[in-house]
Amino acid sequence: MGGRFSKLTEWSTWLEIDLTAAAIQCENLSKIFRVPSKIRDDGFFGRFKRKRKEIVAVEDVTFEVPKGEIFGILGPNGSGKSTLIRILSTLVFPDTGRARIFGLDVNQDTMTVRKHINRVSVDAAFFKKLSAWENLSYAARLYGIPVREARKKCVGILSEMGFDEDRVDQPLEDMSRGMQQKVAVARALFTSPVLLLMDEPTTGLDPISKRQVQDYVLRIQKQHEATVLFTSHDMDEAERVCNRIAIIHHGKFIAQGSVTELKEQAGCPEGSLEDVFFEMTGKDLALADLENEPTGGAA
Amino acid sequence: MNTLVSEIKASYAFVERNFNLARRYASWEIIFIFWNVVHALTIGLIGVYMGGDDPVKVRESVLFLVVGAVLWNFLRLLFYEVADAVAWERWEGTIEYTFMAPVYRLTHLVGQCIYAIVYGFLRSGIVLISAVFFFDLDLANANILSAVLVLACASLSFLGMGLMAAVFPLLSPEKGARATDIFGTLVLLISGVYYDISVLPDWLRPLSAFSPGTYALRSIRAALLRKASVAQVQSDLILLVIIGIILVPLGLWVFHLAEVYAKKTGRLKRSG
Repeated sequence: MGGRFSKLTEWSTWLEIDLTAAAIQCENLSKIFRVPSKIRDDGFFGRFKRKRKEIVAVEDVTFEVPKGEIFGILGPNGSGKSTLIRILSTLVFPDTGRARIFGLDVNQDTMTVRKHINRVSVDAAFFKKLSAWENLSYAARLYGIPVREARKKCVGILSEMGFDEDRVDQPLEDMSRGMQQKVAVARALFTSPVLLLMDEPTTGLDPISKRQVQDYVLRIQKQHEATVLFTSHDMDEAERVCNRIAIIHHGKFIAQGSVTELKEQAGCPEGSLEDVFFEMTGKDLALADLENEPTGGAA
Repeated sequence: MNTLVSEIKASYAFVERNFNLARRYASWEIIFIFWNVVHALTIGLIGVYMGGDDPVKVRESVLFLVVGAVLWNFLRLLFYEVADAVAWERWEGTIEYTFMAPVYRLTHLVGQCIYAIVYGFLRSGIVLISAVFFFDLDLANANILSAVLVLACASLSFLGMGLMAAVFPLLSPEKGARATDIFGTLVLLISGVYYDISVLPDWLRPLSAFSPGTYALRSIRAALLRKASVAQVQSDLILLVIIGIILVPLGLWVFHLAEVYAKKTGRLKRSG
């Protein structure tokens, strides 16, 4: 154990991070966005008179994820999942609270944090005119990975997800959404992040592609002890992939634990995660999605 | 030292990516270059008209105006490429990915700017050569080396302005890229691109002293029209470098402020 620990410390020094610390540690995180209130037809000057309203995207969120865990955040559209991921990705500043990744503050040790995390977002954001490989080689150069080594890694990852190697040099605009999302997963994984942030990575994918991405995430957790923060609004997916789950509603974590613990907390040990969500929020997840849609973009 | 090498390598990522994008739109790039050439020739023809029957005066007027047109194209391209790269990333949604990559913003923006300068030099060269053939200009009395050196020094300060201009598309992908023309047009007005600054109204003329375009145009014209040596344009070169040393950090600071604002208000996202 002692030897293993000293090896871990050695790795930590090399990586500039503390691998013995929690992979994610969030304390009282809050984020409010101020957006223009409803657009009214009140003439040209109405644009300047429009008041702003506050949307609470994340409210007083506290949680911890140990190394090697797949932690799910389950909630309807606009519940604050993406904002939370963006805070951890150093893309949004929280109003209050603190977020740490392997002991590093995301707002103070930004550059070191960025070296060790990566993210897959709900929409596969790429230069669509460029080929998959041109997009991946751009990422390789940004992360300081030799291009040849990167190609080998990317092709390996893509093959494991059932992506045809011959298509890696084709423009992304000629690929299906499922294929683009697999390239996005490869882009996040070939940098070997110690923490992978996956923001609804399977939304909009066909069942086979969905399954392939889920299986790959489970495989990297087993093989590389990767830590994954996985957001979803798909109950079955969350139950299948995640070790522990937090339920987020209107920016607040209303419960967290393993699936069994959540069912017990909700008083429905034999029920589904959908029942858990209903018991805890008083709402059906599908209805909660609709309810949140007008403000969903901000959160 | 290792950090410097890795940052230089990372900045190449932007050069390569922009080059790949330009290749994908090669036919459009050819159309834009053709447009640049036509624009410069149109301006040059005004010089032919102004010169009348005196061939020496025609040569002077045409070169005076063509130099203005070439520099104006170079400047617009520089602003456009830097701002458009940001606007493009905002449209595609890749800006979040770029901003969370472990590269310094300086590295990111320097990469964008290197591409813009190299491409700007290439395009300006094509425009100048086209004008030389079209007007049958004799450049025997020109010092090309001095002109290129002035352009290189001026690029530094133009980049500082380009970095400030890139803030617009960062905050507004829909209208921001077009707003960068504001910078270019201001330089056009006060720097004497198509006229001598002496024609500016008294109240406006002092502003030309703050524009790097004024010194760049003065020196490039001196080099191409009167064969001015590097030593003869030395004072303008020093001024251009000083303005660049001020404008580049200022541009970075302004971009940093916009980035902080975007991160506070969640404006980097395209959707979701």
